[in-house]
Amino acid sequence: MSGPGLNDFVIKIGTVNGTGSASANGLLMKSIFRMGIPVVGKNVFPSNIQGLPTWYEIRVSGDGYTGRSGDVHMMVAMNQATYDQDLAELSTGGILLYDSTWPRPQLESRPDVTVIGVPLMQMCNEVVKAARSRILMKNMAYVGAVAALVDIDLDVIRSLIEETFAAKAKLIDSNMQAVKLGYDYVKANYETPLRFRVAPLNKTEGKVMIDGNTAAALGCVYAGATFGAWYPITPSTSLMDGFVKYCKKLRVDPETGKNKYCIIQAEDELAAAGLIIGAAWNGARAFTPTSGPGISLMSEWIGYAYFTEIPVVFCDIQRTGPSTGMPTRTQQCDIQTTAYASHGDTKHIVLYPADPNECFSFAARCFDLAERFQTPVFFLSDIDIGMNDWMVDQLTWDEAYVPDRGKVLSKEDLDKMESFSRYLDVDGDHIPYRTLPGADPKGSYFLRGSGHNKHARYTELGHEYQEVVDRLRDKVESAKHVVPKPIVRPAKTSTRYGVIAIGSSHAAVQEAQSRLETDGVGVDYMRVRGFPFADEVESFIQAHDHVYVVEQNRDAQLLNLLLTETKVPREKLSSVLHYSGEPLNYKTVYDALIQRLKVRKIA
Amino acid sequence: MTSFVKPKIRRLNEPINALGHARADYEGNMSPLCAGCGHASVAAAIVRACYELAIPPHRALKISGIGCSSKTPSYFMNESHGANTVHGRMPSFATGALSANSDLPTIGISGDGDSLSIGLGQMAHAMRRNVNMLYMLENNGVYGLTKGQFSASADLGSLPKKGTPNEFPAIDPVAFALSVGATFVARSFSGDRKQLVSLIKAGIKHKGFAMIDVISPCVSFNDHKGSTKSYAHTYEFYSTAVHADYIAPSEEIVAAYDEGEVMPIELHDGGMIQLRKLEADYDPTDRGAAFSRAVASDSANEILTGLLYLDESQPDLHQTQNMEDRPLNEIPYTELNPGSEALAALQAEFR
Repeated sequence: MSGPGLNDFVIKIGTVNGTGSASANGLLMKSIFRMGIPVVGKNVFPSNIQGLPTWYEIRVSGDGYTGRSGDVHMMVAMNQATYDQDLAELSTGGILLYDSTWPRPQLESRPDVTVIGVPLMQMCNEVVKAARSRILMKNMAYVGAVAALVDIDLDVIRSLIEETFAAKAKLIDSNMQAVKLGYDYVKANYETPLRFRVAPLNKTEGKVMIDGNTAAALGCVYAGATFGAWYPITPSTSLMDGFVKYCKKLRVDPETGKNKYCIIQAEDELAAAGLIIGAAWNGARAFTPTSGPGISLMSEWIGYAYFTEIPVVFCDIQRTGPSTGMPTRTQQCDIQTTAYASHGDTKHIVLYPADPNECFSFAARCFDLAERFQTPVFFLSDIDIGMNDWMVDQLTWDEAYVPDRGKVLSKEDLDKMESFSRYLDVDGDHIPYRTLPGADPKGSYFLRGSGHNKHARYTELGHEYQEVVDRLRDKVESAKHVVPKPIVRPAKTSTRYGVIAIGSSHAAVQEAQSRLETDGVGVDYMRVRGFPFADEVESFIQAHDHVYVVEQNRDAQLLNLLLTETKVPREKLSSVLHYSGEPLNYKTVYDALIQRLKVRKIA
Repeated sequence: MTSFVKPKIRRLNEPINALGHARADYEGNMSPLCAGCGHASVAAAIVRACYELAIPPHRALKISGIGCSSKTPSYFMNESHGANTVHGRMPSFATGALSANSDLPTIGISGDGDSLSIGLGQMAHAMRRNVNMLYMLENNGVYGLTKGQFSASADLGSLPKKGTPNEFPAIDPVAFALSVGATFVARSFSGDRKQLVSLIKAGIKHKGFAMIDVISPCVSFNDHKGSTKSYAHTYEFYSTAVHADYIAPSEEIVAAYDEGEVMPIELHDGGMIQLRKLEADYDPTDRGAAFSRAVASDSANEILTGLLYLDESQPDLHQTQNMEDRPLNEIPYTELNPGSEALAALQAEFR
């Protein structure tokens, strides 16, 4: 199937967290990117600050695949505690690189892999004095060793180090010295480069390596969000970190030094939800980043915003559940929760970005949808998209963009009106008009989560209540025409089989589809991008004999949502499920599909 | 039941305020609260205070949580934007609303259940952020809407209408507020309209978080013999340490009081809160002393009222956040959009 070969292999680095290896791994990946070769990095890290195993997986893919492959061709084993596991994970024919300062003959137990020992610590100890520096320099030394093995350009590494330490010139030489230690040792002792190695391409022009949370933060800035509140929770924290960073950079008045934004770290997720709903009621574009446990806590407020029709954006960066789950591992386990969050009859608009570029544009779009439909909108990402660096098209912004603030009545509008009723369906599109507090006496109304009629007055009359909730149902349903359309990637030849996936499953599913095609099995693939589902989703399922729904949770949440929200028969759908917490790889999808399609063909 | 809109019938020669509004213009819907409920008196006091301060009704926000107390924003200032939010979470909503536009005078209405049980955390955090709002805690010691369970402000040993005496010590909102950093801490009684109106006016004009703990008896479930939140008990054990009067910037200060010392505190709007101390050695600007006095009064069964603590020097949330004077909801998008060139430039670090 895949690799290893020229510009087609996977390096996995096993280290101990808190030892500074993240910057070394980033350097390795970026060097390859700078050589014009498509690359993607996956961080598998513990919910811990220091001392536990952590891995970083770099996939080099000249063909531009962005998901995981499922193979490991080179294991840089820097954590003695995980040697056995790391050795076992290597694909046949792979290379194990380890620190032979402490020789480990048992690593030779697999005859099908090659072990390369480099005395990294020993070499660093000889030239570096301070203990902490020795550990950091050892990281740079393995970068050098890997560079020698797979032929990464040392000049590229050097220029990246120069950029990183532009302000601390002394560190440039010491870091380069460490890189050279590893590089020279490998060059002097082994035949290099390996048969799987890199060679410059020009496939990264116009691309950036960015994580989804940073991109989503930029989306919020560009959408004109002025208010953010959050309670810190992995893996959403870096979204607010990004918003803070870019607001400080881009949203401070240069003359007065005053902020054109407000960010509040809340006391808990309940408060974060209340803060953004209050701010949105008063006319600010407001959002909160959170994860599944936060959504559970925010649910009461979510129902309030739905029933009182307040436009707010909830960014759910999913992690494995239930309960605390595995906070640093990925899943698509909030598909059902976000679609229907809160008690009573509620349903929400949800967007499913698949990569950081879409995180940027969808985050911005969430605000337009929220204000157009006057309802909470969910941005459903996950740790794989949110916290890993993906190679995507450079983010661009349309200067002609004007925020869709929806139906907001100004004082001038109100002056022309006889009377104002907050929840009246004036235009027959199920969307009422709203006013902002303080604009005009005529615009005043009383917001309440208790039963209200179309005039926003308290009611316990069944028909008045029903009139409001029926309109809410129709309003959210009508959003299916406006949420991002599904994208179909048809097989080259006509097929009776289809695949549906969302979000971070996309990269793996797309690669599986391509490779199945190569192997003579064509399937049509639809990536769903929004909820409520566009009509095309149901048509796609109806047009195929059978459709496989690939998703990252135990209970087939997307499949069940499709059954609930469309009229397709149950027997048309079946699941390909992956929920170990690791990002999905294409082999899992390929193997599952080929097996089932073969069975079907025989049948 | 739907709510009623009270018909507006003006009295002839009705007095008007600086905006030309009569007091009736500050009234709300007809209240379906129990006859004699303390909360109705509180609503009436707010009406009077806002009328006297000549606040444009449509520029005020009235925000509440859940419970009998939290229903009361319907019963004052019909022209104000109101929000009846979720249980115990009024402070976060109000904080968000004020962040979007801090030009709007904001009155939060809560009760002892809403504030001291389910909402204790949010109230504390609004206090420590010094959100610029008046927070009315209508305190009756019971849950009215669910028919008479004790709340966290019920005193130890207080008798319920039926059943056994309360077994847990009360949370005193005044001592609590002093301990978490509130900058305006007062207690009053729904039966003392004059004091309450003065405190509401001062609290609205205070720049920062102003809490008024208002003993507001529940006539249906907690006004019997043996209850420490009844009208009779409150009248019996009521004492006032400090009177507070708001003096508008335009008004002349007339100091003609027989009793105690007068302490003027200047406000950000140029007006003044004039503190009249009924206890000569009480210093309402000393947080530690105020706390000791509050705790001592709790043990003495005394209901200590008045403006018990005031600190006008602390920055409010808007200042701490270093925000523009212009409300967030009035900043045009052109000023919020950094532009496509900035976007291209900032992505250099991702290559």
